[in-house]
Amino acid sequence: MAIEVRIPTILRTYTDGEKSVTGEGANLSALIDDLEGSHPGLKDRLLDGADLRRFVNVYVNDEDVRFLGGLEAELSDGDQVVVLPAVAGG
Amino acid sequence: MLRLDRATHDAIVAHAKRDHPDEACGVVAGPAGSDRAERLVEMVNAAGSPTFYEFDTTDLFQLYKEMDANDEEPVVVYHSHTATEAYPSRTDIGLAMEPNAHYVLVSTREHGNNDGPVEFRSYRIVDGEVTEEEVEVVEHLPKRSTA
Repeated sequence: MAIEVRIPTILRTYTDGEKSVTGEGANLSALIDDLEGSHPGLKDRLLDGADLRRFVNVYVNDEDVRFLGGLEAELSDGDQVVVLPAVAGG
Repeated sequence: MLRLDRATHDAIVAHAKRDHPDEACGVVAGPAGSDRAERLVEMVNAAGSPTFYEFDTTDLFQLYKEMDANDEEPVVVYHSHTATEAYPSRTDIGLAMEPNAHYVLVSTREHGNNDGPVEFRSYRIVDGEVTEEEVEVVEHLPKRSTA
């Protein structure tokens, strides 16, 4: 089971500069744990405690995971996950 | 230094004035690695606020998908301040996630929706460090090099 995860510029320090990496997991939470194994430090940039960080957006097959159950969003082989930091400020 | 063509500069100012008193926001995309601000994309401020801006998450996804398909990156990320100076706020600095972008700040505090000059300034924001840079407005960007 392989899921492609697109990594934004700012987080490529955790992926040796790679734009995309692969991981596995039955849901987003499991995928993030799996990625942490191969790319230590990434998890902390995505999660704030037990939740997704407020200004980090994750999309599964073009859909914002906040509409798919957040970290519980189910994944299957071949899904594409995209991570994008919010563009925001005051 | 940020170099912008006159039309793009004026369109950013017009967007800021139009959305005043709410903050306006958007990007100018350009070929990846070129530092050429070529394609203005006005974004909706999903926060609809005079003190905060945020690209709508679905619009954000579409924008990045489009840039990816065109081999572009956000060369400029701009937004307006409507009551304060054109300098990055603490929130702006904390949330700046594009280390390669020029962050443009426009302040409409003086003339609001009306004609009149605005402050138009540009910064690099990397790891919480803000560095102001010069803005050069030219009639047209130089031709793309073919190298």
